[in-house]
Amino acid sequence: MTPIVKVENLTKHFPIKKNALARRKAGNVKAVDGISFEIAPGETLGMVGESGCGKTTAGRTIIKLYEPTGGKIYFEGEDITEISPSAMRSYRSKMQIIFQDPFASLNPRHTIGRIIAAPFEIQNITPEGGVKRAVQTLMERVGLNPEHYNRFPHEFSGGQRQRIGIARSIALKPKFIVADEPVSALDVSIQAQIINLLDDLQTEFGMSFLFIAHDLSVVQHISDRVAVMYLGKIMEIAPTTDLYAAPHHPYTKALLSAVPVPDPQTERTRERILLHGDLPSPMNPPTGCVFNTRCWKAQDRCRIDEPELLQIGASSVACHFPE
Amino acid sequence: MTRLLDINDLHVTFPTEDGNVKAVDGLSLTLDAGETVAIVGESGSGKTVTSLSVLGLHNKKRTRLTGEILVHSERGVVDVVSCDDEELRKLRGSAVAMIFQDPMSSLHPYYSIGNQLSEAYRVVTKASKKDALKRCVEMLDLVGIPEPQKRVKEYPHQFSGGMRQRVMIAMAIINNPRILIADEPTTALDVTVQAQILSLLKELQREFNMGILLITHDLGVVAEVADRVNVMYAGKVVERGTVDDIYYRPLAPYTMGLLSSIPSVYGKGTGRLSAIPGQPPSLISLPEGCSFASRCSFASQVVGASCATDAPQLIEDEPGHSARCHLALADRRTAGAKFAAKGGTA
Ligand SMILES: Nc1ncnc2c1ncn2[C@@H]1O[C@H](COP(=O)(O)OP(=O)(O)OP(=O)(O)O)[C@@H](O)[C@H]1O
Ligand SMILES: Nc1ncnc2c1ncn2[C@@H]1O[C@H](COP(=O)(O)OP(=O)(O)OP(=O)(O)O)[C@@H](O)[C@H]1O
Ligand code: SF4
Ligand code: SF4
Ligand SMILES: [Mg+2]
Ligand SMILES: [Mg+2]
Repeated sequence: MTPIVKVENLTKHFPIKKNALARRKAGNVKAVDGISFEIAPGETLGMVGESGCGKTTAGRTIIKLYEPTGGKIYFEGEDITEISPSAMRSYRSKMQIIFQDPFASLNPRHTIGRIIAAPFEIQNITPEGGVKRAVQTLMERVGLNPEHYNRFPHEFSGGQRQRIGIARSIALKPKFIVADEPVSALDVSIQAQIINLLDDLQTEFGMSFLFIAHDLSVVQHISDRVAVMYLGKIMEIAPTTDLYAAPHHPYTKALLSAVPVPDPQTERTRERILLHGDLPSPMNPPTGCVFNTRCWKAQDRCRIDEPELLQIGASSVACHFPE
Repeated sequence: MTRLLDINDLHVTFPTEDGNVKAVDGLSLTLDAGETVAIVGESGSGKTVTSLSVLGLHNKKRTRLTGEILVHSERGVVDVVSCDDEELRKLRGSAVAMIFQDPMSSLHPYYSIGNQLSEAYRVVTKASKKDALKRCVEMLDLVGIPEPQKRVKEYPHQFSGGMRQRVMIAMAIINNPRILIADEPTTALDVTVQAQILSLLKELQREFNMGILLITHDLGVVAEVADRVNVMYAGKVVERGTVDDIYYRPLAPYTMGLLSSIPSVYGKGTGRLSAIPGQPPSLISLPEGCSFASRCSFASQVVGASCATDAPQLIEDEPGHSARCHLALADRRTAGAKFAAKGGTA
């Protein structure tokens, strides 16, 4: 089956200028630095990693909200890396994004009816039965009261606003949605409502997700496969059950062991791997394996050779000395 | 055991144009030396308002505060609610200290780390600049900042998020407080850094026998560090008990809902989460009866009282384990067993 999305060696570097007038670049932030993966139709790929590892940049570059610096992006088998913004328009209806912050991502001066209808407007599409009816059907589908069509975002709670964002993103029945931390700003009891909603929508419409989050338990719950990122690179990518049951990359292992589990007895008995030091700067990442400054298994080789993603069982792992 | 803090029937109300916001509605709790007591609950349930009250940080003109907050310090017992400003100043820093969620906004960008730390020290101890600086270096070393001699001269922007939180901890404990209030101390941090900070807090607690009042919405963090837990909903404690009571024998429907809403790394990963429907009530017009009634799936099973009109009291159902709910205890025990955490059986 042709994957919905495929990226090959994708990079996105942001130039850093010393000041506004300086012509010469002071350097590059290597936000995304050579990642490759595929997402099958109907599949959810989770993406985890610490703040600044490049998750948002990856998500936005894949749907070309950012121009890639290098590598290839294929959508349903077609190379969309180089196509012009106007040609991109016809793809826009098939790929959407849900943002983290349900407060900042909705225009406060627009009614929610208008917000949810925006994709129809942009694509110049009149849905069957008219825009209002289509929007109200969407509202109902995501658990909003359709009578609230004329209300403004500030009249809604965080969870409800995230529902508005979701209604907007599914308006055109896209085949692929980048969900960038869609529940991170919400309370657990509301998080669960939204996760269930995304689950149901996927069952109903069969769309694929790139689900970005730093919460490993949320990602485990919703993903078929998971990619673990560190400093712009994929450390490990594996089916969810394999990744959580038998992590092969030292970083994955440390990350999983750091998550506090809502279970006191487990907490009392389990061993925790404490990583030392801080995340290195993405402007000046370590040579060799980017994780070598914090890895307890690092050897000389790790500081020289960059490990490639290699297959171990169903997992792909970038480490010279995998677990 | 040495008692450090008694909060008795605390009410905190903010008069606003739209009406009175009842942020904390009759809260009582205790904290002893060497223990960690957690307050958990959703956004807006009154956790931060409670912690600010203990430090007497509310604007007295715009806040209505009743009840008692008794801080047991070396100089005797002081009631934060009724004491004067001078007394409050003496308590802050020396008897009670606080670390906040966002370390950046609580550090001044223009002053060096050493400058800010020694200021906090000298205000209380009146130590010389030289002694204060020596103390700062010791503290930075204690909280695990490498090369403290050098880093003490640097500015907040030169520190990572995790290191800033370490600095905040150093600043909080520089005067040997007996009570440390930690309001979401790791929420802004990545999990690997969170693990470092939580282990540092536990270490410091062991060393100095501090009582920690931990405020968080993260039930994983609570399971890791708390001894006793208060679950808050809409300004009230709805359940309290040891950490094992709360996770393995929950007795309040809200706690049960909370536990079953969390996808767990040790959980099964598949199947639907049992979300709590709806959302918390407005604090301006709290319902007459139980605040959780509109979201509670057990309300219809209650006999002899009406969840919609009778407000339940916090009742000690088992020694040290209290809940606020009309439903018969036997029914809650049965329900609680269904929602309990797995107890390390993963
Ligand atoms: N527009 C930009 N210009 C310059 N640097 C950027 C830009 N956007 C992101 N970066 C940098 O790229 C790196 C990756 O950022 P990104 O936002 O993708 O991380 P993230 O994994 O989404 O982090 P978080 O979990 O905090 O959302 C960071 O170092 C960030 O500072
Ligand atoms: N100064 C104030 N004036 C009016 N209302 C206030 C004031 N301070 C807090 N509140 C309200 O009191 C309630 C409790 O707030 P609090 O900050 O204690 O919540 P919290 O439990 O700490 O939530 P979070 O998890 O979001 O930090 C909220 O509804 C808040 O809007
Ligand atoms: S390659 Fe070396 S440094 Fe990198 S993760 Fe593996 S063992 Fe650690
Ligand atoms: S008192 Fe009634 S509404 Fe409140 S938690 Fe108990 S059963 Fe539910
Ligand atoms: Mg991001
Ligand atoms: Mg708070």
